[in-house]
Amino acid sequence: MLELTVYGIVLGSIISLGAIGLSMVYGIMRFANFAHGDLMTAGAYVALFMITGPLAWIGIPDTTFGPFSFGWRIVIAFPISMLVVAGVAIFLDRILYKALRSRGSGRVIMAMSALGASFIIRMGVLIIWGSDYVFYRPGLLRPALQLPAGIKIRPDQILILIIVVVLVVILHLFLQRTRMGKAMRATADNMELARISGIDIERVIMWTWGIGGGLAAAAGILYGIDVQLHPGMGWNFLLPLFAASILGSIGNIYGAMVGGLVIGIAQQLSTAVLLPTYKPAVAFLIMIVILLIRPQGIFGGRRR
Amino acid sequence: MSIGGLLGYLVSFAIMAGIYAVFCLGLNVQWGYTGLFNIGIAGFFCIGAYISALVTSPPPTGEYAEYVHQAFSFNMPFPVGLMAAAAACGFIAFLIGIPTLKLTEDYLAIATIGIAEAIRLIFNNEHWLANGPRGLVGLPQPLKDFFINFGLKPRDYNYIYLGIVIIALVIIYILIERAIRSPWGRVLRAIREDEVSASMSGKSIFNFKMQAFIFGAMVMGIGGALYAHFTIAISPEVFTPLYGTFIIWVMVMAGGSGNNKGVIIGAFVIWAIWTGTRFLTDFLPYTLKARAPYIRFLVIGILLEVILIMRPQGILGEEKRVSKLAE
Repeated sequence: MLELTVYGIVLGSIISLGAIGLSMVYGIMRFANFAHGDLMTAGAYVALFMITGPLAWIGIPDTTFGPFSFGWRIVIAFPISMLVVAGVAIFLDRILYKALRSRGSGRVIMAMSALGASFIIRMGVLIIWGSDYVFYRPGLLRPALQLPAGIKIRPDQILILIIVVVLVVILHLFLQRTRMGKAMRATADNMELARISGIDIERVIMWTWGIGGGLAAAAGILYGIDVQLHPGMGWNFLLPLFAASILGSIGNIYGAMVGGLVIGIAQQLSTAVLLPTYKPAVAFLIMIVILLIRPQGIFGGRRR
Repeated sequence: MSIGGLLGYLVSFAIMAGIYAVFCLGLNVQWGYTGLFNIGIAGFFCIGAYISALVTSPPPTGEYAEYVHQAFSFNMPFPVGLMAAAAACGFIAFLIGIPTLKLTEDYLAIATIGIAEAIRLIFNNEHWLANGPRGLVGLPQPLKDFFINFGLKPRDYNYIYLGIVIIALVIIYILIERAIRSPWGRVLRAIREDEVSASMSGKSIFNFKMQAFIFGAMVMGIGGALYAHFTIAISPEVFTPLYGTFIIWVMVMAGGSGNNKGVIIGAFVIWAIWTGTRFLTDFLPYTLKARAPYIRFLVIGILLEVILIMRPQGILGEEKRVSKLAE
């Protein structure tokens, strides 16, 4: 039980990274980005491309660090993939959502456009890489460490937690300390007031997509390190991401972190009694319960 | 291809396009007229198909009984299967509607994705229910024995089935047209345009949304049942978000949401593009052939984005006046 909770925290931290971006996009543009899960997929596969392609060609060695199952190639591929997916997210906004936004299309049309984008991304991944399950580094998994209380954990999983904490702290400092971070928070609070205070809304939107896309890519890669890669992985994350954002009050970044952990732990604990394939359904069930008893989420003061 | 073969191909094309047109009509009630954002059509598709299959099929006998598990099998006639499918989908819609129809439209969308995924997972994992991932095969087809006794060749049965699909489509079309042209239908459109003023006119937003959601879901259930008895073999992997939901949305957006004739045209046009691209992918190099379906879906996805940006009203656009008195 304790072991499942620990695995739940690992899964939950990955969900948190995705949910933060989803929640930010919703907070600023007020639309449900159904392509967010597939941005995670894109991130994981861009990293795979870097590892098996350019980084191998220029001769980065395929050796691993001590107890971990990866080496320099992933370390280099990680930030590159985050930048690429941030670019993809901004590009999608420029060619799709911006046109809809400037025409005054409703949020439902925007969400539908995002649904279309999610299928386009997934089909692109399927066309290039096919539908098989793949690993970053084939071979045996490294032996797990034995922690007190009989918990087994792989060194990779500990590192995943550390990376998530580092990314979240950077995001926190960015939002609290920089001008752009303040502008983003102001826009999320009230877009019209932010606009008349001289904030460049389009720039804020661009940054929101960039950060959301980058974090989604990080989440996808970390999941790929922890488990494996599959073109449908992002779609399977969509329900947990939304459940986490709604639980933590959609639009609230710190809520999304807490929500992600709760959903991740709940999903892992459910495997004690249910088949693991039911994990998305568990997230969905939690979401329905929240919608019934507290639709504004745990940190929401008012109903939108 | 011989004339007979071509004709046979056109008939099965028309049957599938007609079945998709039924789904489009159901979605049009929910989205086109009421503004309900249901992206879990695959779930209703799946429930409709399975319920009708289970209700109409005889219990497995002999060797089959060892390999085929199904929760129940009533051996009922086809129309009972259709009605059971509609009733089951209506009930599911009612359950989904309770927590979500009072919230903003995106919550309904997320919840419908969730229910569609949950339904597919249940049919995939619960082997006792409907044979798990292997699904059900050899489903009964309406009037088949009757016509074969008259000397019809089994391969010509599709002509009969096309007739059945057309009759179902026409009945559903007339029903929806009448409903939309009634005062009830005008309330739905008022809610879609402006909930606050509709509610100030004393209309219960929640009740009307719920009725439209259930009505549309029941139509989708009939579509699912028609599909099951046409293909006579169903398994959970058919009801994915791509085949079960996304393509239907593209049909409705292409044809013109809020226009029943438009969405039927949309169903035939998009189904023609979808099946037509299969011929084009025959020219692909060998290595890409296995991935041809993905390329075809990519085309459909790009088509949706183009429609949303260039022509959001679709081919026909919405019919603005729907009252006989407003002429």
